[in-house]
Amino acid sequence: MTKPNMSLKKNPMPSQEPEVRAHNFEEVALGYSEETALDEALRCLNCKNMPCVSGCPVNIHIPEFIEKIKEGDFEGAYHIISKTSSLPAVCGRVCPQETQCESKCVRGIKGEPVGIGRLERFVADWHNAHSGDVPETEPANGHRVAIVGSGPAGLTCAGDLAKKGYQVTVFEALHTAGGVLVYGIPEFRLPKAIVQKEVDTLSAMGVDVETNIVIGKTLTIDELFEQGYEAVFVGSGAGLPNFMGIPGESYKGVYSANEFLTRSNLMKAYRDDPVTPIMKGGKVAVVGGGNVAMDAARTALRLGAEKVYIVYRRSLEELPARREEVEHAMEEGIEFKLLNNPVEILGYENPADKRDPKNGFVTGMKCIRMELGEPDEKGRRRPVPIPGSEFTLDVDTVVIAIGTSPNPLIKSTTRGLEVNRKGGIVVEEATGATSRTGVYAGGDAVTGAATVISAMGAGKAAAAAMDAYIKGKEA
Amino acid sequence: MYRIVQKQILNPTVTRMEIEAPLVAKKAEPGQFIILRVDEAGERIPLTIADYDREKGTVAIIFQIVGATTEQLNHKNEGEFIQDFVGPLGVATHTEGLKKVCIVGGGVGCAIALPIAKKLHKEGCKVTSVIGFRSKDLLILEDEFRAASEKLYVMTDDGSYGRKGNVCVPLEEMFAAGETFDEVIAIGPLIMMKFVVAAVKPTGIPCVVSMNPIMIDGTGMCGGCRLTLHRNGEKITKFACVDGPDFNGYEVDFDEAMSRGAMYRDFERHAYEETCNLLRKEEN
Repeated sequence: MTKPNMSLKKNPMPSQEPEVRAHNFEEVALGYSEETALDEALRCLNCKNMPCVSGCPVNIHIPEFIEKIKEGDFEGAYHIISKTSSLPAVCGRVCPQETQCESKCVRGIKGEPVGIGRLERFVADWHNAHSGDVPETEPANGHRVAIVGSGPAGLTCAGDLAKKGYQVTVFEALHTAGGVLVYGIPEFRLPKAIVQKEVDTLSAMGVDVETNIVIGKTLTIDELFEQGYEAVFVGSGAGLPNFMGIPGESYKGVYSANEFLTRSNLMKAYRDDPVTPIMKGGKVAVVGGGNVAMDAARTALRLGAEKVYIVYRRSLEELPARREEVEHAMEEGIEFKLLNNPVEILGYENPADKRDPKNGFVTGMKCIRMELGEPDEKGRRRPVPIPGSEFTLDVDTVVIAIGTSPNPLIKSTTRGLEVNRKGGIVVEEATGATSRTGVYAGGDAVTGAATVISAMGAGKAAAAAMDAYIKGKEA
Repeated sequence: MYRIVQKQILNPTVTRMEIEAPLVAKKAEPGQFIILRVDEAGERIPLTIADYDREKGTVAIIFQIVGATTEQLNHKNEGEFIQDFVGPLGVATHTEGLKKVCIVGGGVGCAIALPIAKKLHKEGCKVTSVIGFRSKDLLILEDEFRAASEKLYVMTDDGSYGRKGNVCVPLEEMFAAGETFDEVIAIGPLIMMKFVVAAVKPTGIPCVVSMNPIMIDGTGMCGGCRLTLHRNGEKITKFACVDGPDFNGYEVDFDEAMSRGAMYRDFERHAYEETCNLLRKEEN
């Protein structure tokens, strides 16, 4: 057996230089070469008790796939990952590995953990470049299931059920499948060709993807049952964006992150010849500290902004975004205005000339400095405003990335579907079962804005429960 | 892909199309809208449903050629296809229990007002319609409105047809003569709706308006279509795509809606010119 690589550091991820990538929409991280992947794989000690697996929401058999890399059997590694994950090329790119699998890695006790995410991405990309093999599916079992939404939760659920021989139909409201992977996460972090490839793989497995169908409007969940679907998974994702409720949020130049990112990603407003407009250039403030805020800030920069700020009311330590994204954003020159909270968005008003074309456009954002006070019920120190510390940030565009509330269309048209105070669908956590028999749910539609991988975990759990439910009916 | 079953030029700037979309046709109700993309690179635009035929599986749209996308759409012919067509979106216009209603339509807004008038008429409600246009050339749907209304007032700004003046003129005359309604429903340009609301307000008659802000997904995800309502001294944010498009006219902040609607005016004008040039080149 080859000797393990005892280097304390991960092999660094080759990336585009910050000053170059800040001006293009191409992928930032370039991926490991075969040599680097082998070298990194050798850092894995193949622990018997596999602590890393317990940190993975979809339980990828991590040491097993890494062993295959060590053997140089990259396709074999892919088959191990694809047994439990339907979207390996996506997860390798967007999972917050530092708080999941890699946080449990014994190599991380002294030094850096094994670069599991980077290895996963390497394997998936190798497969996509070298092999057209479609994951095996069991023979058709004659049962039909419907999946609402083609985001990470829906695609995962669809993939798992297709593997078990179900006839799966995925209904997507937008014109392209992929959900947040397509409209939300930017090209430079997750190339759309990769998402398309994952969707194509599902199609090759026999999954039928129907775009332009809004469940709750075009068809209801009751009608899906009438049409012969035996179980339904609702992964309809994030709904209406939250705003701060401060004066000035209706000025022109104030976007929700969903709108800003949808214009750029889904509608391709970042291109030179867009048909969907977006405000480009100038000075931009992005409010919030999650992955979506990082995506919006880095998108604004690439659209040609001369200055981009992240305005976040807590400190660096509490920033919920994936560490790598924060580092990338900082390297690219985005300025973090931490412990600051917006109190008002200012706009141009010319009372003398109502027809002045500048009227109603954003001119700045008034903020107040914050300090961390007593911990709240979750143990996070609560930010408290410092009286008299208001100041104005000179900006033309404000992007609000402070989360979303679940979409109202399904709950308002589905009888007997219980939702919580915030509008999230109530489910049994282990199975995704809702208050309606045969209806399962997961992802942001249940939790409000969360991560791709937690949505995938929910899709996976629901697929298993739906399988048990349908097979149980037969028995 | 969705087939254009029929195309009809209503006036030099307004076209009617029937699109084959059986699932949408099955559910469509007056007041709801659809979102379409003309081709794979196109933008998503919302258009209100002008009519539907559940048996034929078709949905009618009536659009004014105001920009790049509507120009492109207008270049499509019967038998050709459009890329995407999704709906029905939004909440249908509330008609239940209404016995006597005044419908006010302005310009291409008449296309949206007509199915509501027809539905109310069919339900036995007494409908008075006031429709207004800039001039005779732009008149649409007069016969259809006549068939759906007890009384019809046709107005033109320049007096080239019907009576000269805007839609508020007959409204104010009716109110002055003591006429009353269960509700006034106004659909047209924002500025028209703002004035109709002002004209109706002294009577206290409920006044519903149909908002058509800039939208992208139309399913309650992006928040671009937000508008402000003023209710009991409070400002409330609503989303036209899922909460609307109909709102209580007394509450809508029209000035803000007009300002937001003009956000991309320069971009849109430029894109329109580009598209016209391109289509002209293709024809030559």
